Amino acid sequence: MLNAAAAAQGENHSVSIGRKLITVLVTLVLVLIVAQSVSAQTSSSSIADTNARLAKLEQQAIDAKSSADNAWMLTSAALVLMMTGPGLALFYGGLVRKKNVLGTMMQSLALMAVVTVLWALFSYSLAFGAGNSFIGGLQNIFLRGVGAAPDVDYAATIPAQTFMVYQLMFAVITPALIAGAFAERMKFSAMLVFTILWSIIVYDPMAHMVWGKGGLLNASLGGRFPTLDFAGGTVVHVTSGVSALVCALYLGKRLGYPKESMPPHSVVLSCIGACLLWVGWFGFNAGSALGSGSLATSAFVATHFAAASATIGWAGAEWIRNGKPSVLGGISGAVAGLVAITPAAGFVKPMPALLIGLIAGVFCYLMVARVKAKLGYDDSLDAFGVHGAGGTLGAILTGVFAVSAVNPIFKDSQGNTLPSGLFEGNAHQLLNQCVGVLIAWGIAVVGTLVILKLVDVTIGLRVSEEEEVQGLDLSQHGEEGYYWEASA
Amino acid sequence: MTKIEAVIQNSKLEAVKTALQEIGVEGMTVIEVRGHGRQKGHTEVYRGREYSVDLIPKTKIEMVLPDALVEKAEQAILNAARTGKIGDGKIFRSRIDEAIRIRNDERGEGAL
Repeated sequence: MLNAAAAAQGENHSVSIGRKLITVLVTLVLVLIVAQSVSAQTSSSSIADTNARLAKLEQQAIDAKSSADNAWMLTSAALVLMMTGPGLALFYGGLVRKKNVLGTMMQSLALMAVVTVLWALFSYSLAFGAGNSFIGGLQNIFLRGVGAAPDVDYAATIPAQTFMVYQLMFAVITPALIAGAFAERMKFSAMLVFTILWSIIVYDPMAHMVWGKGGLLNASLGGRFPTLDFAGGTVVHVTSGVSALVCALYLGKRLGYPKESMPPHSVVLSCIGACLLWVGWFGFNAGSALGSGSLATSAFVATHFAAASATIGWAGAEWIRNGKPSVLGGISGAVAGLVAITPAAGFVKPMPALLIGLIAGVFCYLMVARVKAKLGYDDSLDAFGVHGAGGTLGAILTGVFAVSAVNPIFKDSQGNTLPSGLFEGNAHQLLNQCVGVLIAWGIAVVGTLVILKLVDVTIGLRVSEEEEVQGLDLSQHGEEGYYWEASA
Repeated sequence: MTKIEAVIQNSKLEAVKTALQEIGVEGMTVIEVRGHGRQKGHTEVYRGREYSVDLIPKTKIEMVLPDALVEKAEQAILNAARTGKIGDGKIFRSRIDEAIRIRNDERGEGAL
C-alpha cells in the first residue's frame, strides 16, 4: 500500500519514474510468489541447510576472533622479547663502565637463550601446569599437550602454544632484571647457575601462585588470596627487585664504591634501551589481556600514561633538587612508571594511571637518590630501587584504584560483578594485595639467599679483584665492547 | 725549527685551523685530550650521585714550524681561540733539533 501510494505520488511529478516503480513492484511480487512455492516444497531441507550455514558462520566467527587475538599475542610476545634484547641489554649496558659493557649485555642475551630452553623442558609446566597452590605439576614437561588447541583456563581464543611462548618472554626478562644489582662484579658462570636456579625456585612458583591454575594468589581461577596482578607487578618486578637487593647485600660493593666515581659510560645507549623498554611494555601489559579486545586498549593506554607521568615525576624531582632535569632521570622515571603500572594496567582507568605513574616517578627517585645513599648498599644499576620499590608500590596502588568497570574480575555466585579495589568499596582487596606482595618478598628473599649461598660455596660468586679491575668484558668473555684498531 | 703546542677549547678547533691555514701553516696534528689548569671542573649528577669532573675535555694542536712562521702562527691562535673566559687554554713553544721526512730521509726545515 505504501509503495503503491509512493508510486502514485511519483506519477504526479514524473510519469517515467512511476512506470519504473510499477515495474519493480510487479517484479518483486512475482519473485515472492515463486520463492514461496519453492520454499513450501523444500522447507524441511532448507532448515537443515540454514542450520549448517549458521554453524559454519559461528565457526568462522570463532576462527576470525582467534586469528585476531593470535596476531596481537604473537606481536606482544615479540615485543616482550625485545624488552630483554636489545632493550634491557642497552639500558643496563649503558649504565656500567666501559670495561663491563659486553659482560652486562651478555647477561641479558644469555638469559634469552637459557631460560627458553628451561621453559621448553619443564619450567612452563612448573609455572602453568595444573598443580597445587604453590607450583604446577609435571604434566606439560617437554611441552606435552601444549599445541594448537587453546587452554581455556588461561586464554580461550589463542593456541596454547601462543600462550606458552608469550609467558616464556616474561620468564626471560625477570631474572635479567636482577643483573642490575650484581653488575660489574659477578662471574659469568656463577650468574648462569644463579639465574637458572632462581628461575626454577623463585620465578616458576611465583608465576604459578599468581597466574597458574589453582594458584594461591590467583584472582580469576579461585585462589585463596586473590591478588590483582595484571602483568606481573609481583611475579616479575617485586621478585626480581627484592632478589636484586639481596644480591647487592650478599655480594658486597664493587671495588672502589662509593669512593671512586662510576658514572654510566653511555647514557646514549641507556636512553635507546629505555625507550625500547617503553615500547616493548605495550606487549607486556596490553598483551596481558590475552586478546586484542578493549581490555588490551585500556591496558595500553594506562601503560603509556603512567610511563609519561613518571618521566615527568622523576625528572621534575631532579629539577627541583639539583637544578637540572637529566636524561638518565627521565628514562629511569619512565621505567619506574612502567613497573608500577604493570600490576594495575588492566584494572585502572586513565586518570588513576597518570597518578600511579607520577607517584612512582617521585617515589623511586627518592629510593634511588636518597634512601640508597643512606643505607649504603651497592645496587649498581638500581634494580631494587626501581623494580623492587616500584613493583611493591604498584601492587599496593592496584588494590586502591582497580575498578570493575575496566575489568569485572570478581563475581558472586550468581555472576554479578563485585567491586574490585578500595575506592570502589572493596577495602579487603588492599589486604590481599599486601599478602601477594609479602609472599613475593618472602620467596624472593629466602630463595635468593639459599641460591647465592649454594653458588658461593660451590663455584664462587665474584670475579677476582684482578678480573674486576680488568673488567668483565676481557676477564669473562675475552673481548672488548669498543675495540681500538691501531692499524685500521 | 720550533714546536708549538696549543691546548684550546674544543669548540675553537675549526676557527684555529682555518686561521693557521690562512697564514700558510701546512701541517698539524690534532689530539683530543683531557686536563685542567686553573679552571676547576664541573659536577655531574647521575641518579642523585654527584661526580666531580676535574679533567675537562680539550683539544691539543701540535705543529712544528720554520722559525719565520712562529710569531704569526701564535698570533693567529691567540686571535682565533680567545673568548676571554677562564678555560681558553695555553700555548707552549719549544725548540726542535731535527725533523726527518720518513719517505725520503729529507732533513731540516725542508722536511716540515
